[in-house]
Amino acid sequence: MFEKKNGAALRTREPLTDTQMLMFISIGIFAAMYLAAVLFMGGGFRKPQMFFDLLNDNAALIIISCALTIVMITGGINISVGGVIGLTTMACAIFVNSRSGESGTVSILLTLLLALGIGLGFGVLQGFLVARLEIQPFIVTLAGMFLARGLTTILSLEPVTVSHEGFQALVESRVKIPWLGYVAPNGNLIPAKIEIGAIVAICVVILMALTLHNTRFGRNVYAVGGNPQSALMLGINVKRTVFWAYVISGLLSGLAGFVFLMHKPAGNASVAMRSEMDAIAASIIGGTLLTGGVGNVIGSFFGAMILATIQKIIFLSPLNASWWQDMANGAMLCFFILLQSLILMRRNNSKTAGKLQKNLKIHKADKTTEGKEEKHET
Amino acid sequence: MSKKKNGSSGLGQLLIPLIALGILVLFNLFRDISFFSITMRVNNSGNIVLAGNLISIIDNASELAIIAMGMTLVTAACGGQDISVGAVAAISGAVLVKVLQGMGGITPVSLLLGFLAATLVTILFKLFNGTLVAVFRIQPMIATLILFSCGRSIAYWINGDATPQLYAPIIDSIGKTIPGIPIPTPIFAVLLMGLLLILLFRFTSLRLYTQSVGINQGAARLNGINPTTVKLISFVILGVCVSIAALLGVCRMHQLNHKNLLVDIEMDAILAVAIGGNSLGGGKFKLIGSILGAYIIQMLTTTLYAMNVNPVNIKAYKAIVIILIVVAGSPVIKRGLTALWKKLRTNKAQTEGVN
Amino acid sequence: MEDGIVLTMRGICKAFPGVKALNNVDFTLRKGEIHALMGENGAGKSTLIKVLTGVYEKDAGSICIDGCPGEAHIHSPQQAQEIGISTVYQEITLCPNLTVAENMFIGRGKGAIVHWKEYEKRADEILKSLGIPARANQELSRCSLAVQQMVAIARAVDMNCKVLILDEPTSSLDDNEVARLFQLMRDLKAKGVGIIFVTHFLEQVYQVSDRITVLRNGELVGEYVVEKLPQVELVAKMMGKSLDDLAELERIGQKGAISDNCVYEAAALSSSECRPFDFHIRGGEVNGFTGLLGSGRSESVRAIFGADRVTGGKIRIKGKAARITKPHDAMKNGIGYLPEDRKRDGIIADLSVRDNIILALQVIQGMNHPISRAKAEAFADEYIAALQIKTASQDTPIKSLSGGNQQKVILARWLLTHPQYLILDEPTRGIDVGTKAEIQKLVLKLAEEGMSITFISSEIEEMLRTCSRLIVMRDRKIVGELTGDDLTQAQVMKTIAGGEQTDE
Repeated sequence: MFEKKNGAALRTREPLTDTQMLMFISIGIFAAMYLAAVLFMGGGFRKPQMFFDLLNDNAALIIISCALTIVMITGGINISVGGVIGLTTMACAIFVNSRSGESGTVSILLTLLLALGIGLGFGVLQGFLVARLEIQPFIVTLAGMFLARGLTTILSLEPVTVSHEGFQALVESRVKIPWLGYVAPNGNLIPAKIEIGAIVAICVVILMALTLHNTRFGRNVYAVGGNPQSALMLGINVKRTVFWAYVISGLLSGLAGFVFLMHKPAGNASVAMRSEMDAIAASIIGGTLLTGGVGNVIGSFFGAMILATIQKIIFLSPLNASWWQDMANGAMLCFFILLQSLILMRRNNSKTAGKLQKNLKIHKADKTTEGKEEKHET
Repeated sequence: MSKKKNGSSGLGQLLIPLIALGILVLFNLFRDISFFSITMRVNNSGNIVLAGNLISIIDNASELAIIAMGMTLVTAACGGQDISVGAVAAISGAVLVKVLQGMGGITPVSLLLGFLAATLVTILFKLFNGTLVAVFRIQPMIATLILFSCGRSIAYWINGDATPQLYAPIIDSIGKTIPGIPIPTPIFAVLLMGLLLILLFRFTSLRLYTQSVGINQGAARLNGINPTTVKLISFVILGVCVSIAALLGVCRMHQLNHKNLLVDIEMDAILAVAIGGNSLGGGKFKLIGSILGAYIIQMLTTTLYAMNVNPVNIKAYKAIVIILIVVAGSPVIKRGLTALWKKLRTNKAQTEGVN
Repeated sequence: MEDGIVLTMRGICKAFPGVKALNNVDFTLRKGEIHALMGENGAGKSTLIKVLTGVYEKDAGSICIDGCPGEAHIHSPQQAQEIGISTVYQEITLCPNLTVAENMFIGRGKGAIVHWKEYEKRADEILKSLGIPARANQELSRCSLAVQQMVAIARAVDMNCKVLILDEPTSSLDDNEVARLFQLMRDLKAKGVGIIFVTHFLEQVYQVSDRITVLRNGELVGEYVVEKLPQVELVAKMMGKSLDDLAELERIGQKGAISDNCVYEAAALSSSECRPFDFHIRGGEVNGFTGLLGSGRSESVRAIFGADRVTGGKIRIKGKAARITKPHDAMKNGIGYLPEDRKRDGIIADLSVRDNIILALQVIQGMNHPISRAKAEAFADEYIAALQIKTASQDTPIKSLSGGNQQKVILARWLLTHPQYLILDEPTRGIDVGTKAEIQKLVLKLAEEGMSITFISSEIEEMLRTCSRLIVMRDRKIVGELTGDDLTQAQVMKTIAGGEQTDE
């Protein structure tokens, strides 16, 4: 009765999907938090540079959050990302130092290739084990983490600082935003600066968002996460999709390692320790569900930014201590998890109620159309 | 006939871990037979104790084995893993030490009280995890990520930055050996915990309840089982396991270090559950598999030590062996092997038929 | 290949551990025909379909498709789609987290980029032309089950398939939707599509099919033209025995004495899923809830059992006030409930037949009083024999049993608790004719012994055969109660359709 014309119903806006809903919540909370920091903390938060510093400092985290989001949408998990960052930074630092004195650009490109190669290696191996041999992703990537961490210490126990001049130039290079900045006391405008790594991270987020939303592969990823059996029946190559999700995840981890090295030019066995858990937290805060099928890299980006903002706020507050950081992270995570759980539970409840009502409506609609047909016949 | 079939399918799950253990033993036999030598020696406090790699493997795996048991139950009931056990163990240790300090000395009584208080606190924290999982329907790994990231900070908050040293005969008796008994005490703790759980399964139908909830929660509920209760029970049992492991860990090291107490044990415990052939997706489980898994992991570590591998590099080799074990136990390989086995048998039957 | 034939399957064999699911089965499908594939549960229909769609690999035999030279080798559902075989499965095999349009187009076509606009436009056209009440950009999980099923069919239709397989497509549809589906099938038939129609509903077969192929125990019984195979003979061929069993039942009806005392009474009982209703049942009575799908019949009995959140109402058990808010309460009060969806709510798939049988009794006894192994084995043996459950052993996981036998295990689970009031929600759905008759007989026998039973079935004949009182529901309200001479199909239909006068 209420859906008399299909055409009219078409133009009505669809209600938000779970993915969008959770993403908008995390964007909203990030905005509120940042605004509160600007209003109540003042100081550095009043300068645009603070925002870009958040990006600069957390570029690698943003990239591995994307790496986790894609495997989490398939219903898997990847806890080797932190380990791969550690291995990549160490390997790249040693490699680039071995080429000291040689041409900057070539060395940097080769180093980048090395980083991507390491990530690709891990991605292919883990993808094969998860997709082809059907081993539980948690165990596979846990072994991957052990392997990466172990290989890192085998390469070098001592920290390796990058001494290659070309690379150091890259580390120090910044992109200036001439129209955004703050006015120094002497009246000069000091433009905001972005590191190359941050730009790479943003590109990765945009690229991944487009991939997931607009490519066949991306939609297959969602389908596989939503219901693997159905996906198979719908003619999707589930194994191949899962495999490529892990390959991309590995590749992004390698890239994150390179970006990390651009931010802190030293290889170290304890680099990015436990960052996989931060990335998982960022994905969850951004609205990705571990059960698969729901999630979005834009959300994960804001998830990572929320974590970064908390860190910054605590760093600038009198509570500055690592254990306060942890407590705040834990509390934030708890808040988001509960919020999501409540939203999803409520929506599921209303969904079943809606289902019943729709059923009834369809019955009614059927009857009316049938009645009409009969009249025509008579 | 039916019983025989049951027996073989039960062994099927344990086949891979048993083979893995067998290969490790064989490897060590060929590498250096003295690896298995067990000697009697006098320890620092003048007691005669058993020493040797085998003893140290079984001894050092105790905390892992105990936590793996609890982890198996949580995995079976909730279809997910608790990654906060190490962090909560640190909290448990912190409470224990706080009570000991508060009572002004380490006596059996104060230790017992401290342990009880620590157990209580641990169970409370596990109930927090359990509530998130059972009531709010959050995946266990996500729910426990909260305490994973801030548990050790809570331990720090309880106990301050200090790493208090604990020296007393009773501490030695728990962490090392009881005077007069040459076998390390932690081994008895594993036996005790195993016995407790066996009795629990014998005198309650917890196993049936847990498996039902793990396999089909909705159906279990319609048969009158309260899935929330069953999940909470699994977390409480895990809490007790964690508390015992924390006590052993503290007594073994004679100190509380909230950063290092049972660090990374959650990962090893989950590995132990998986190596033991249990599904990480919940449902049917075998405790003995997980215990076996724990000993395999420890044996691997000890073997690598014995081969003079640098302790910090061990992770890489461990990873390779773990991958080999899980690959051997993977569904695809299993299916392939079953098909191969059947082919061989039919071929054999055919040739016999021809003859 | 002969003219006019789109699909031939010859000598298909497929074995699973311990079972020979298909043994030398032939099947032929012609252009523009609706071909029913019939057989009891475990006859091999699903296996044959899955071999054809590449879900299973066949052990032996050949498949030829019109337009493909030589033998077709189908290794995956994708390959099956490519050579023109589309399938709509009984359980909806779409992705709930994607939109309707995506579900129609995913896994098809070439190119790496998804053209959303184009997809949605085309999807809307198709939905409109088929009269499916869904919007292209709607998330599938927000559609009703029936609409989801129709989306699956729309997808198959749009793929210009040569062979369309409908595996039990009508089991979750109501009569109107079934009629529309049949119209759709006839339209497709006119376009020359060969349709394989798998169903348990005999009447439906005779409404739309041209030919029937019957399987039994994994073997081919024969292929028949519909007009030349009377319904009785079809059943006889499917079961390997005659319909006498059912006929006899029809004559008997319920003969046991119904006591005057109410075993269960509810006043204004309501749950999160159903509106307040009054209900009572006497000792030894068999009553039924009937109504269209979504009329609230299942929701009502779920409320009685406390399966959904109970929101209000007064309950009396044998005259004494009782509180039933969760299944455990109901079980303690001697109520048993066999749920509608066996796979989702009934079986504990990985557990053995024995554990599945003792589960409810164990729960009633409480966690601290485990049933000993010996006792459990005795119980299991007793009921496997009593209900003739076909299982390799009592240690076999229930998931490897056929649907009918799984249902018997669940029935055994409740009989073991000796309930005074047993609720059976669609106990015969998706079950072969033979087991259906067995279950109906059992219901009557139990009632004779004094048990009160509520019986729900989508097949009205079945309810008329077993129930002495029918409660008719529409739009989640009770609109009538039929007893005695009113228990006729016509009267039930009339009450379901036109019970306006009973409304306020």
